[in-house]
Amino acid sequence: MAEQSHLTQHIESFVDSSRTSTQLAASLDAVASLVKTDALTIESLVREMGMYLTTTDNIVRARGILLLAEVLKCIESKHLESATIHSLIGFFTDRLADWKALRGALVGCLALLKRTSSAGVVTGSDAKVAAQSYLQNLQVQSLGQHDRKLCFELLDCMLERYPKAVAELGDDLIYGICEAIDAEKDPECLMLTFHIIESLVQLFPDPSGPLASFAGDIFEILGCYFPIHFTHPKGENVDVQRDDLSRALMSAFSSTPLFEPFVIPLLLEKMSSSLQSSKVDSLKYLSNCSSKYGGDRMTKHARAIWSSLKDAILSSLQEPVFLSSSELTDGLDFQDNEIVTEALSLLEQLIMQNNDLLLSLIVGDEDVNMIFNSTTSYEEYNDISLQGKQKLHAIGRLLYITAKTSIASCNIVFGSLFSRLMDLLGFSMRNTSGDSLLIDDYVPSERLHFGGLYLAIEMLSGFRNLIAGSENLILQSLSEHEICCGMLCSFSTSLVKAFGSILATSSNNGPLDSDIYIGVAGLQIMATFPGDDFPVTKYIFENILVTFMSIITSEFNKLTLWKLALKALVRIGSFIDRFHQSERASSYCHIIVDNLVSVVSLDDSIMPLLVKLEALSAIGTSGMNYMMKIARGLEEAIFSNLSDVYVHGNLKSVEIVVQLLECYSCKVLPWIHEKGGAEEVVMQFAFNIWSQIENCLDFSVHVLEKGLLNATMKAIKFAVSSCSVENQNIIIQKAYSVLASNTSFQLNESMFISSSIELEGLQLSPKAYNLSQRDEWILSLFASVVIAVYPQTHIPNIRAILHLFLTTLLKGVVPAAKALGSMINKLVQKSNGAEVSNDCTLEEALNMIFDTKIWFDDNGILKRCGGLGNSSGVGLTDLCLGVANNRLLQVHAISGLAWIGKGLLLQGHQKLRDVTMIFLDCITSGRIRGALPLMQHFNGFFSTMVPILQSLIVRSDSSFSRSLLYRAFVHIMSETPLVVILGDAKKLIPILLDCLSMLTEDIPDRDLLYGLLLVLSGILTDKNGQEAVTENAHIIINCLMTLIVYPHNTLVRETAIQCLVAMSELPHVRIYPMRTQVLRAISKGLDDSRRAVRQEAVRCRQAWASIASRSLRC
Amino acid sequence: MVSGLINANPILYEKKERRARSAPSVADEYAVEPIDQQEIFDHIRDIKDPEHPYSLEELKVITEDAIEVDDQHSYVRVTFTPTVEHCSMATIIGLCLRVKLMRSLPSRYKVDIKVAPGSHATEAAVNKQLNDKERVAAALENPNLVDMVDECLAPSFN
Repeated sequence: MAEQSHLTQHIESFVDSSRTSTQLAASLDAVASLVKTDALTIESLVREMGMYLTTTDNIVRARGILLLAEVLKCIESKHLESATIHSLIGFFTDRLADWKALRGALVGCLALLKRTSSAGVVTGSDAKVAAQSYLQNLQVQSLGQHDRKLCFELLDCMLERYPKAVAELGDDLIYGICEAIDAEKDPECLMLTFHIIESLVQLFPDPSGPLASFAGDIFEILGCYFPIHFTHPKGENVDVQRDDLSRALMSAFSSTPLFEPFVIPLLLEKMSSSLQSSKVDSLKYLSNCSSKYGGDRMTKHARAIWSSLKDAILSSLQEPVFLSSSELTDGLDFQDNEIVTEALSLLEQLIMQNNDLLLSLIVGDEDVNMIFNSTTSYEEYNDISLQGKQKLHAIGRLLYITAKTSIASCNIVFGSLFSRLMDLLGFSMRNTSGDSLLIDDYVPSERLHFGGLYLAIEMLSGFRNLIAGSENLILQSLSEHEICCGMLCSFSTSLVKAFGSILATSSNNGPLDSDIYIGVAGLQIMATFPGDDFPVTKYIFENILVTFMSIITSEFNKLTLWKLALKALVRIGSFIDRFHQSERASSYCHIIVDNLVSVVSLDDSIMPLLVKLEALSAIGTSGMNYMMKIARGLEEAIFSNLSDVYVHGNLKSVEIVVQLLECYSCKVLPWIHEKGGAEEVVMQFAFNIWSQIENCLDFSVHVLEKGLLNATMKAIKFAVSSCSVENQNIIIQKAYSVLASNTSFQLNESMFISSSIELEGLQLSPKAYNLSQRDEWILSLFASVVIAVYPQTHIPNIRAILHLFLTTLLKGVVPAAKALGSMINKLVQKSNGAEVSNDCTLEEALNMIFDTKIWFDDNGILKRCGGLGNSSGVGLTDLCLGVANNRLLQVHAISGLAWIGKGLLLQGHQKLRDVTMIFLDCITSGRIRGALPLMQHFNGFFSTMVPILQSLIVRSDSSFSRSLLYRAFVHIMSETPLVVILGDAKKLIPILLDCLSMLTEDIPDRDLLYGLLLVLSGILTDKNGQEAVTENAHIIINCLMTLIVYPHNTLVRETAIQCLVAMSELPHVRIYPMRTQVLRAISKGLDDSRRAVRQEAVRCRQAWASIASRSLRC
Repeated sequence: MVSGLINANPILYEKKERRARSAPSVADEYAVEPIDQQEIFDHIRDIKDPEHPYSLEELKVITEDAIEVDDQHSYVRVTFTPTVEHCSMATIIGLCLRVKLMRSLPSRYKVDIKVAPGSHATEAAVNKQLNDKERVAAALENPNLVDMVDECLAPSFN
């Protein structure tokens, strides 16, 4: 009973029109869940609702029916008995006549008709009755938008779900639908209506069926929407966009061939419209419709379509942009607009469909013929009028598409137009067999006509793309009997000769030389026909390569030509690679790659090395095989030059080898690495570098200069880092053996652990401070290997290496310090059972680094280094703190510590804290200014550093150490991203201000001061920062006011004043008390010696003066 | 207030191009850049005419040549040319010029504002009024006048 009364309550609540929408939803949910959980059957709900469904009160009845309908919508997947469904659909069908309570009826019908078969569905006959009732009773266009939408959804659902049942209604259905959709304007409803049409025409596919007589009527309704004119602004909350509507309408247009007599004339008419979107739409629709309607139906429109198509292309093509960015595209490609793109794709579609008629139209077209006849009257591109250029371009595009579409169309184009063109150009048929080029007496006697060659290139590139686009299918079936092949074979010699002669005579007048373009593009197309010897012979192909190659090696002063030729060669190379043309690949290798490689090692002064390398690395990108060859060639050159350096100390070779290494590591290696699969070569390179060092016992010491060392290190790093762990292991073993056997370093593991060892007398006088150059060289290279390896790679004798790096970094070998930092970063923390490839843990390494002691003799010579825990020596920490009383040593120690700190930072290791403390101790106790900039290594550790620094600052008693700490703080701060600082702005501002006032006193700190001020201005201009600033407004303003007269840096004064301007935006209460003071201070800014400062001062004064008063006291 | 505009149809002139200053040499941080004609002109060129939405520069009420400045002796004189001879806005324009310069120049400066000779019917009276400290101070006590001046000056602060 309780449920019963609840139910009544919910129903009452739903029919009460004064309730809010959330209340309505709540009561609907309550009722629906009762039904869902079987607490209430749908039958008893209907019984319970009885009165509400039948009362004569329109409003209550409408709400009641809607409630029932909504409940049905909620239980769509719940199984219902067929009898129940029958009676429910009967009820709602009936209610469709009740226009005052229509919403509920529509929702109910829709909910029932949408049901899936597992939950019980409406029978076909019931659906038919519902449809009948719909057609009889509903005046769709007189309803509101939402009801109309429901009506269309219902109709759409009937057509989709019960096609057979509704089809029986025949003419009535078609007529009813026409009536319902006529003059619909709402976009969402239109999407539905377009789909309804599509579904409808599928019901009556018979060309003599009921639809046939109505096709005209339906299209009359549909046609007026074309082209879609969409006035809803973009920002409005409409889900449907113009494109959606346009697509939906297009599929309605093309849904049945019965529309063809109406659609095509309409589209052709709209194509002549001046509206761009209308043209584009017409072309798209034509393309879509012609594919759906089929070739037969389209034939009768071919003539009309061709003429509008041609007009569209002619009127919308721009002037071709030659070489705008020295880009040589595949074939001739220009920036086409949307109309042209659509028009050309339509043309392609039509040619595929009905070949002969359209082709004969194209070949016989008067515009085409006119262009052909006029080509002879122009010699140069620039002679042609703008209109002429556009026409030429348009016809070129048309011919390209025609040639590209099919073999048949290609044959026709070549048979009629190409042969005529050849005549016009003065070429005659030639025997194709073999080396006719040599004995050929054909010499282009006069300048060739640009237009003719241009058209020839378009046709050839169409033909080429036709063959290349279809994989091997067409190529295999091609024979000389095909007209296009025959033509190509006959004229290829003349064409190549013509293009070549154009290039030979071309001057490098300007960047936009159309001759160069034509020549290069023509040769490139001729060289990129698939097939090793057919349709373009190997002989001709090789001839083209030779032509290009001679440009590369001798015409590098003509930059445009050279670049284009190089690009063409790269394209040819990648084309060969893509089509696996084995014979051509070997020609390419032989003529281009081998020659270029030999040119590189050739020591001639004609072609600059950089130019050679540019060509070489570019050619390499056209295929892995070529790149490998080139890599090997480069390696040979590198090694021969290196040995020249090592043995003879040849300074010229240094220069060469640096460039070679640069090219190898920046261009070749990254490309190989990206493509993958050629690791062996890279590994071998790194390995060979070590072998060579090993074999060169005598270094010609004086030439080992920094530039070469850096280039070699870079190359080794690149090479090693692109190897796998296994190969890295091989390389590092090799490197280690060289290091161990070829240097004076002693790497016996036992010796420094057991007892202290004597190093090679590290004298601490600057003169004797140097390692032998050869040792340093090898050590630096070894360090770069260590830096590049993966953490998993095994570093041999790791303890000795750590030790070696540690001692050498004290001698100022920076790579050693970096390598040590990198090792720290890669070592595993604590060997908790996990597999450790290096038998040394991070902790162990750290202990070693910080516990190793160093001894000095009386003369301050670093005597021994090693041993743990002995108290008589000094450790790295002490060195940093300056115990050894040797500045150079201390600086080196600190720089090493910084790199170790960086490694720890990346590991996130606790020890970093200790390192930081050492650092800060250095700062407070020592006089090492040089350590301060190194603080920026720690900026990633900002949140830890700041509290440490803060507490140190508080505790420090001497003003000197405090000032150093402040400086450290500034260094960290100015390198930290603003976002991080903003998060902590409140805490930081007091220190920041202390720093500011401290730095104000010292001239050498002016740049530091400026950096800090920029941080402050960053905080000020950020929304979150402003909150933090507000609290300290008083102090900040005071501080900034003193900076207005900071004499040593204009930028500081300017920025301080800008900060003050920003401060004037803060809440009035906070800043008002300061106003008079600020105005007084800023008046000094008005009299600044620098104009920029004065200008800012005027702005600032205005900002502060106007915060309080409407009148400004002067 | 007069109901119609005093000069309903002023002639507009092109704005002078903003000359970019050659960047101060980085080498000498302590070099002095004295206040010059162009700087003064930059201060006042964008002041809006009281009755038109145009700047004084566009109306050629002021030109760069009509500014005399002596930084050493802290003296500046601006001579302006009202668009019509009987312009009753001349005093307002003069007041705007004076206020703007007072706010933009160091306090050591003495500012003279003059109507160009022969360009105004009551030239002497206007000049006297503009250079009388007491009268200027009194004018700035008048809230209506101050509002007007502030409105004219607003574009020159951007």
